[in-house]
Amino acid sequence: MAKVIKLRKGLDVNLKGKAALETLTVACPGEYALVPDDFVGVKPKVVVKEGDSVKAGDALFVDKLHPEVKFVSPVSGTVSLVERGDRRKLLSVRVKADQNQEAREFDVKGNVKEVLLKSGMFAFFRSRPYDVVANPDEQPKAIFVTAFNSMPLSQDFDYILKGQEKEFQAGISALSKIAKVELGVSVKQTNDALKNAKDCNVTLYDGPAPAGNVGVQINQISPINKGEVVWTLSGEEVIFIGRLMTTGKVDLTRTIALAGSEVQTPKYFKVKVGQQLTTLLNGQLDQSKSLRIINGNVMTGFKTCKEGYLAAHATEVNVIPEGNDVDEFMGWINPLRTKEFSTSRSYWSWLCPKKEYALDARVKGSERHMIVGGEYDKVFPMDIYAGYLVKAIITGDIDRQEALGIYEVAPEDFAIAEFIDSSKLELQRIVREGLNILRRENA
Amino acid sequence: MKALKKLFDNMRPSFEEGGKLHAFRSLYEGFESFAFVPNTTSRQGSVNIHDAFDSKRLMSFVVIALIPALLFGCYNIGYQNALAAGVECPCSEGVFSLFLYGFLAMLPKLIVSYVVGLGIEFTVAQWKKEEIAEGYLVSGIIIPLIIPVNTPLWMLAIAVAFSVIFAKEIFGGTGMNIFNVALITRAFLFFSYPSMMTGDDNVWVAQDTILGLGYAVPDTYTAATPLGAAVAEGFAGFDCSTIKAAIIGLIPGSMGETSVIAIGLGALILLYTGVASWKTMLSVFVGGAATGYLMQALGLTQIQWYEHLVLGGFAFGAVFMATDPVTSARTECGKYIYGFMIGLVAVLVRVMNPGYPEGMMLAILLMNLFAPLIDYFFVQSNINKRLNRAKK
Repeated sequence: MAKVIKLRKGLDVNLKGKAALETLTVACPGEYALVPDDFVGVKPKVVVKEGDSVKAGDALFVDKLHPEVKFVSPVSGTVSLVERGDRRKLLSVRVKADQNQEAREFDVKGNVKEVLLKSGMFAFFRSRPYDVVANPDEQPKAIFVTAFNSMPLSQDFDYILKGQEKEFQAGISALSKIAKVELGVSVKQTNDALKNAKDCNVTLYDGPAPAGNVGVQINQISPINKGEVVWTLSGEEVIFIGRLMTTGKVDLTRTIALAGSEVQTPKYFKVKVGQQLTTLLNGQLDQSKSLRIINGNVMTGFKTCKEGYLAAHATEVNVIPEGNDVDEFMGWINPLRTKEFSTSRSYWSWLCPKKEYALDARVKGSERHMIVGGEYDKVFPMDIYAGYLVKAIITGDIDRQEALGIYEVAPEDFAIAEFIDSSKLELQRIVREGLNILRRENA
Repeated sequence: MKALKKLFDNMRPSFEEGGKLHAFRSLYEGFESFAFVPNTTSRQGSVNIHDAFDSKRLMSFVVIALIPALLFGCYNIGYQNALAAGVECPCSEGVFSLFLYGFLAMLPKLIVSYVVGLGIEFTVAQWKKEEIAEGYLVSGIIIPLIIPVNTPLWMLAIAVAFSVIFAKEIFGGTGMNIFNVALITRAFLFFSYPSMMTGDDNVWVAQDTILGLGYAVPDTYTAATPLGAAVAEGFAGFDCSTIKAAIIGLIPGSMGETSVIAIGLGALILLYTGVASWKTMLSVFVGGAATGYLMQALGLTQIQWYEHLVLGGFAFGAVFMATDPVTSARTECGKYIYGFMIGLVAVLVRVMNPGYPEGMMLAILLMNLFAPLIDYFFVQSNINKRLNRAKK
């Protein structure tokens, strides 16, 4: 029986618009884009020209510092645009998909790391410290895979795994040849392929968000010390690897949850990485409203537009009201502000735990210095003093950041703390910037 | 509400950079965010949704929790004034007229406290190009509640200005201050004008008529707080009726500190909403009770342990000032020690220091100073754990 870890700290926010368990397949033709910014820490170098034809699995750009790390096209087609911004920064590489899809064949025998590098699957590894794309020259002490996402409105991996158990196991087995694999499973998940997965160490987690964050799981099992490296993957990315290992072809098909209070029929969509969002969102949104389309989860994802492209790591697309047209009169004292959710009992939301909320994107307050001590610790299930770490990052004290455990965290681990923060500090931004500075200093 | 929103929208350009009234930008922003929840939405790279709880809500619930003590304080001012004037049963005067008298006696202090304090805050916010923080909303109402009713307004103004500038703004404003601003105000008054702040002088009972209400009390009248009297009499202890009066609150004392019942109502609001930490609050009472019991067992005082908790500023300090989230310990375990030490030091000062009957103010300020040290040990143990793990 796998070990069960009970986490008490955290918070589940019950949001309106959860995806129903049915899947639509979206037609393939259209434009796809690979965005280098989705792969944090990479300096991209384009290896294709506009007009080149590519197959699924052909590299579109590589990392300048590690050219063996390739970022491959999810579809076969013609490179339609190499989009650049200020100072020629590469914004995206777009591929117009062909009617008939072809994929490059890879020889999957031999060194697993080599195969993953060649096929571009390696780009999906993220490494801690810093939460950036993994460096192939490093040897991780373990590969952590989280098979569930605990954030509100996230995808249900149990549902997605159905019918793909074989690929998932093949992926885990392949990973185990690189390093020890630690699989994090929620106690609520029932699929036997997870609890009885082979070639890995399964741990069950019982607790509210962010229990599904791989960072929390690392902190519980094998915290990262200075000098150590851990690679992380999400469940669906393991399936990518499994497909490659069983068929020899790159298939970046994901089942994402289109969810949120502003989606008319929230459900799952079978799409490919980099798919244009219009293909999912057409007919789903009320155009007259001011909406926020989020590439990824409502807690951690980035704002995008209807014409945006599905981010590389996004497992869902959430749509919520933007809220910039709402003017609440004296909302900070209004006792009847029942539409809002709060962890504080100064609101009534604690009385109706089953109520689903349609929260908008307003900050609902103004930024202040950190006023309440220990506020973050209530929803931060890691053995780290989150408030002190954030202060060390704000003051740029690198020694203290190290001492307080910055190597163990990623911005997403602070998402719930940022949600409840009464001082409205932008914790994820602060942590991301801190990690970037630290990485430059340590380079 | 739309008309008000329109008014704000129309006024905005003149307060913005280059506008005629740009020098009052912080004032405009303060009032606008007071009237309407800002509808700025979260930026790229930060969480997309937020909890509706913000620092305005936090501070306003502390203010709400202070209202019972404030209202009772007003009534008690009128009651003490009538008592001093020789009215045998002040209740016969009518609750409302006693309350109104007290309210009129208190109001100038509340106004001075807010005008001076918020004036400085708005100026600093304008100067630093920041938004005004809400911290002073609480300090501004606590200050009139913890000083004697006869404190001259000019003294109050100087003390408020001193504490807002030197205890708060030079550290960086709300959230960065080391000491509780309201207590620094009181400490400033206490050390600068001791004769007006303590003793059995005529500081505790309002002496004059206000707008024809109340009584003029002869200058020779003196009334000490029960705690002050106890010290003067060598800790002789109290009779039961004094304790009863202290729980109800009909005793001389600072405006808000006398009634344990009114403070208790505030404590319930703070604990129910989770605005104040129950750990800190409970630990203060435990620390005070334990030390009081020990002192009495050692024969140093005749005052019972529970009498310490209901007399003087103990309850008020424990509920409203020890729990100040900025100046108290920030680690969860640290809160127990911080609170316990406040209770301990407060009773220690009361019993061991014959010159001054009250110890709560000094205890909280002292522990404000030590709160970072307490936290240091807990944070350091976490750091050491990490270091040891790395060595293995």
